[in-house]
Amino acid sequence: MIEMLYREALNRAIDECMAADPNVVMLGEDVGLYGGSYRVSEGLVSKYGEKRLIDTPIAELSIVGNAVGMAIGGLRPIAEIMTANFSLLAFDQIINHMSKYRYMSAGKITLPMVVRFPQGVSKQLAAQHSESYEQMLSAVPGIRVFAAGDVNYAYHALKKAILMDDPVVFIEHELLYNKKGEVDLDAEVDPFKARIVKEGKDLTIVSYLKMVDDVIAAVPEIEKQTGKSCEVIDLQSLNPIDTETLKASIEKTGRLVVVEEDHKMGGYGAQVVSWAAESLFYALDAAPLRIAGENVPIPYNRKLELASIPTPDKIVAKIIEWGANNGL
Amino acid sequence: MDKLTAEEIYYTMVLGRKFEYAAKEHYMTGEISGFLHLDIGQEALSVAAMKAFDHGDVFTTYREHIMAIARGIEPKAVMAELFGKKTGVSEGRGGSMHLFDPTHFFYGGDAIVGGHLPNAVGCAYARKFQESEHGVMAVFGDGATNGGAFFESLNISSAWKLPILFLCENNRYAIGTEITRVAPFLEQAKKAEPYMPTMEVDGNDAVAVYEAVKEAQAYIQKSHGPIFIEAFTYRWEGHSMSDPGTYRSPEEMEIWKRRDPIARMQALLKERYGMSEAQIEALDQKAQAAVDEAVEYASKSPEPVVAELFEHVFVEEVAHD
Repeated sequence: MIEMLYREALNRAIDECMAADPNVVMLGEDVGLYGGSYRVSEGLVSKYGEKRLIDTPIAELSIVGNAVGMAIGGLRPIAEIMTANFSLLAFDQIINHMSKYRYMSAGKITLPMVVRFPQGVSKQLAAQHSESYEQMLSAVPGIRVFAAGDVNYAYHALKKAILMDDPVVFIEHELLYNKKGEVDLDAEVDPFKARIVKEGKDLTIVSYLKMVDDVIAAVPEIEKQTGKSCEVIDLQSLNPIDTETLKASIEKTGRLVVVEEDHKMGGYGAQVVSWAAESLFYALDAAPLRIAGENVPIPYNRKLELASIPTPDKIVAKIIEWGANNGL
Repeated sequence: MDKLTAEEIYYTMVLGRKFEYAAKEHYMTGEISGFLHLDIGQEALSVAAMKAFDHGDVFTTYREHIMAIARGIEPKAVMAELFGKKTGVSEGRGGSMHLFDPTHFFYGGDAIVGGHLPNAVGCAYARKFQESEHGVMAVFGDGATNGGAFFESLNISSAWKLPILFLCENNRYAIGTEITRVAPFLEQAKKAEPYMPTMEVDGNDAVAVYEAVKEAQAYIQKSHGPIFIEAFTYRWEGHSMSDPGTYRSPEEMEIWKRRDPIARMQALLKERYGMSEAQIEALDQKAQAAVDEAVEYASKSPEPVVAELFEHVFVEEVAHD
């Protein structure tokens, strides 16, 4: 076990893949000489050169579009989007090109590529730098969507994503880059598996990315007030969903809460709840609860910003209120 | 251009036109569906560019049946794809607009106007990275030159000196909108001038297109960076089968039909290469036979089965997909 920061785990994953395979390249705004906006590619340019750490212009459509072409040409590109909101300019490439070339060509084209995707409410970055797009990305057939909420997963899943022959969007949360965690370098981590962060028997709380930490912060108070135990699941793979792990947990607890940072309308948690309602209706003892971001652009002011997304306090309050009417 | 090449180009142009008329006929019967964009009138450009560009990768648009055939993909595999059959070049998943074959370095078949240009640029990066002799040719229409992807691609390929040929097929109309109504000039090469050398060519003159593309290919192979060719041409049919093309005057159509690229190539074969009427007639018949065979093959081929619906989404299957 080695302790490292989330961004260091990502850096190490990229470094090892670049060392092992000369076809791995990384491109994006400021990924080379500058070392990456969140320092994820720090130090790599001096090891691998500007030919493999490619500083691009501010042109997201081309960052992802060029990566698609590089993959067609035989490279294994890692495209970095500086922050999720900027990716909207690249959505034509993600949806119309990256996700479809393999299928439209009947498997003749293979796109071994990763789009690294920092997102989420960081701290007072306001409406155009704070959003989350896992709900849109997961609605696109033909791409894998991973969300790293954990340092160990960040290291292993990013490595697997780079080695994978399918296109992957690798979502990172901007507040996690300086999070410390233990990495077991020799562990065998399946990037498609959800992680049981904490075991429990009365309530399943499903989350991902930074909200997992907020749920974990909320759980002692929930357990204290209700006298019941919570099972916390970090989904990790958002598409496909590890329904096996979810099913086993929900069948055990009979109750489901989903906590997500994105806007509630059309948010990713709706998919989890609708799947549970369709597949596990009779295993549920209560109507599921979704705790999500408000349907509002993310405001700048800190008080308003925190009011727009779930926090540990709100998670406690909403689960207690819901639990009171649902036998918890 | 030697006689053999001239003959080959003429034959493929005739094959292409007959192929397109056959596709039109079978669209009318309902055997071909969806969007069908015909290339009739533009055969010189489509065929000569593909024949000339023999050291590289091609990225093109949805009006690509003739280009695919000129690139070496079997006409029957293209026709079967139009018919939506399992034996089609994309196994019935792509249709008319999405023909791909990496064995011929042919990467579509893209139906987002201008959207394939960043892909072509990325592939050119890979070729430079690999110190390959291959360059990339990106083919697009005048309509693509007004979008952001186009300008980003000019900028990046020029900044990084990438081996890419931008071949603009200027047929004057983006569906029903004449280019000069939405751009400040007719010649779209002007947009590329700050970034790279540009050439203009008569797109209905197969020899001129062939020579320009050969010259451009040699230029990008020497790592001078990107180059731009604008070829002026005209489609005789509507944008797609659902477009009657009423926005163009009969007079204008007539002018362009008098510039028929096939008639011009045929005259050249006779005058410069001394081919007889009978020899040309034999090539025409050979082309007709190839098209008939393609239609026969396509109509008799099996459709994909529903059980294959999920095939080719991913390389790696996952248990809970």
